[in-house]
Amino acid sequence: MRLLLSLVLLLACAVPAAAQENVPPAPFAYRQLDNPEQEARAKALMVTLRCVMCQSQSIADSDAPIAGDMRSEVRTRIARGEDPEHIRQWLIARYGDYVSYTPQVKPITWPLFAAPVVFLALAALLLRGRFARARPGDMA
Amino acid sequence: MIAELGLAVLWMAAALAVLQLVTGGLALRPEGRALAGLVRPVAVMQGVLVLAAFAALVTLFVTTDLSVKLVVDNSHSAKPLIFKIAGTWGNHEGSMLMWVTIMAVAGAFVAVIERRLDEPTLMATLAGQAFISLGFYAFLLFASNPFARLAQPADEGQGLNPLLQDVGLAFHPPTLYVGYVGLSIAFSFAIGALVTRNVGPAFARAMRPWVLGAWIFLTLGITAGSYWAYYTLGWGGWWFWDPVENASLMPWLAATALLHSVSVLSSRDALRAWTVMLGVIAFSMSMVGTFLVRSGILTSVHAFAVDPRRGAFILALLAIDIGGALALFTLRAGTVTEGKRFAFVSREGALVFNNVMLSGILGIVLIGTLYPLVTEAYGVKVSVGAPYFNPASAMFAFPMFAVMAVGPLLRWRQDRLTGDRTRRVSWPVLVCAVIAVAVFAGVEIVASGIGLLPALGLALASGLFPAALLPLVGRNLRRTPLPVWGMVIAHAGIAVSLFGMSSESAFSVERLAAMAVGETREVGPWRVQLAGIMPVAGPNWTALEASVSTRYAGGMPALLSPRAETFSNPPGTRNESALETRWNGQLYVVLGEAAADGRWQMRFWWKPFAPLIWLGGVLVGLGGLLALAGRVLADLKRWVARDKIAWRRMRQGR
Repeated sequence: MRLLLSLVLLLACAVPAAAQENVPPAPFAYRQLDNPEQEARAKALMVTLRCVMCQSQSIADSDAPIAGDMRSEVRTRIARGEDPEHIRQWLIARYGDYVSYTPQVKPITWPLFAAPVVFLALAALLLRGRFARARPGDMA
Repeated sequence: MIAELGLAVLWMAAALAVLQLVTGGLALRPEGRALAGLVRPVAVMQGVLVLAAFAALVTLFVTTDLSVKLVVDNSHSAKPLIFKIAGTWGNHEGSMLMWVTIMAVAGAFVAVIERRLDEPTLMATLAGQAFISLGFYAFLLFASNPFARLAQPADEGQGLNPLLQDVGLAFHPPTLYVGYVGLSIAFSFAIGALVTRNVGPAFARAMRPWVLGAWIFLTLGITAGSYWAYYTLGWGGWWFWDPVENASLMPWLAATALLHSVSVLSSRDALRAWTVMLGVIAFSMSMVGTFLVRSGILTSVHAFAVDPRRGAFILALLAIDIGGALALFTLRAGTVTEGKRFAFVSREGALVFNNVMLSGILGIVLIGTLYPLVTEAYGVKVSVGAPYFNPASAMFAFPMFAVMAVGPLLRWRQDRLTGDRTRRVSWPVLVCAVIAVAVFAGVEIVASGIGLLPALGLALASGLFPAALLPLVGRNLRRTPLPVWGMVIAHAGIAVSLFGMSSESAFSVERLAAMAVGETREVGPWRVQLAGIMPVAGPNWTALEASVSTRYAGGMPALLSPRAETFSNPPGTRNESALETRWNGQLYVVLGEAAADGRWQMRFWWKPFAPLIWLGGVLVGLGGLLALAGRVLADLKRWVARDKIAWRRMRQGR
């Protein structure tokens, strides 16, 4: 009886999953590369790639089928010895800039990269303005 | 009946807010003095009424009244009671009602207990609070009525997103909201002080406990939210630079800066304009956060409301409140003098430096969060994530940590690190710096593969922790004031958390494995074995539960039970991870789906020292709590003493 119940429950759980993706996940979606150094490089790249179907998750953080496919793609290419940046550019060509959590340096993102520099300059200016006049002499 | 009552009470509360604004404003003029007595009772009554409206909504959710639209959309009769209650604020309308409730209750609280502030500034503050509240009342009553009925009652509710059905998350939004809205008090104080041109130590002392209170809630709220994301999302991540997370981080950064500049103003009468400005910015960041989350302009894991019309409403509120405050600031900036001056090498100097650095981080988070919206307006979708936020914020954070190690040891106004002070300050700090350098060198030698940021983080944290404890050296620990303890513990908490973050990112071990029952794998120092898979059922879900026996190198075996849960209303799945915590880290186990060959997809992580991330957050909150307790107790003592003196005088007939 208990076994039957387990089976029914198992089936009940398996159905939505099967309906969602009739294709089995890509080979390296849930499998790591055997070479730990290559796996580390793949992982470092994956955490900076966005799962385009999810909300604010990298492909390394997602159960979505597309994230699995992308992980597999990244791992396969890394195993082939491709350069991580090259893979990123390939993905950008396919999915657009949106896929990369590392913003690409382009005219439209110049202000984004200028921001830290501008803030640093502002901070220096603020601090200078605050302390340049504050010589021990003029302190009451 | 309860829904109509709730709505009526809400309208009455809004009307009282109008009265509070008008009487508070008139009381500032000589001819309106007579009205001053009215402001406090009105503020209290407003708080009571809106609390009643909130209670009405909670009642509707608890009883699952299926004729109310909000309940139908967000609840279900089969949900456990705690999630029915949490469902009250797990949606747009309910969370806005909670926002207004906290705002009004906080206003009432100020009206009842605030005695330090001079009467005109308090009137202006309460009027300001009523003004901000009115915007949100209008928003609730005209654009998001939580009490709306359905023409035809539904048979059953839609339920709540399974990810949100978690005890941790049930209390996460209220905590954050108390923090956000607590900052509205700081905002109103700033407005009040600007109106009456009364920015000084007394104003700062009155404002400090409110800022501190709000900041404690924000700290704990962010910490809890991060831990929730960590164990619920099932991939071991704990911070995603998600816009909604950033929305809570930005007010925290501003509140941290405000907290420190308020204490400079209260003890040294310096940084007047800067403190007022930060008061305005801190609440503005809360409102920007609300706008981002509530407008649905950014879709993210947390966003459960998508409605652009509401976004426009909040944007208008944002413009009126922030624009108004900034205009007032500009008008009055000339009359608010800078206050007392000080040298660069002084405690104020260190605090100002760190205030500027915190503002820098705030700027980075703000621009990184909003930038994708800007480019989208030009038709380009970009993503800004950790590869931008981490290094850009570290540029400001790391110098800040270094100054944080020294600042608390310096004297107010001006310090010279010569003679006796060398022994007290320079040498101990130098020792901490040497520790940091040694750790950096050690990390680079032992684990050369790790990134620069985690390595620097580990080094700074190792130096910062002992440095944070230095202010206690040479003190009688039993007579050390509570606020000093608070500062020490909070600063140590930052070091602890930084250590956890760096260690997690540097040393985590990931193991993905397709396992058959009985198979064993190595995960860092752990051996894990899949012992079995069992179906289990909860009140509104069914699940597969794996039993995984784990054993740390040479340690006792422990049994973990990660679950893959399936919810039926609304349909959804959730991977409930199982965690095994040791003093030196955490093992994280997740059960995935079945592979084609009948094996199970398991995910394991060994995260050395990861729990320190949240332990540090809790320590920071605890530090705040001690500081607050110290301040409040000192206040109470002063009141008691004053009453005693007054009583004695009265008895002596003077």
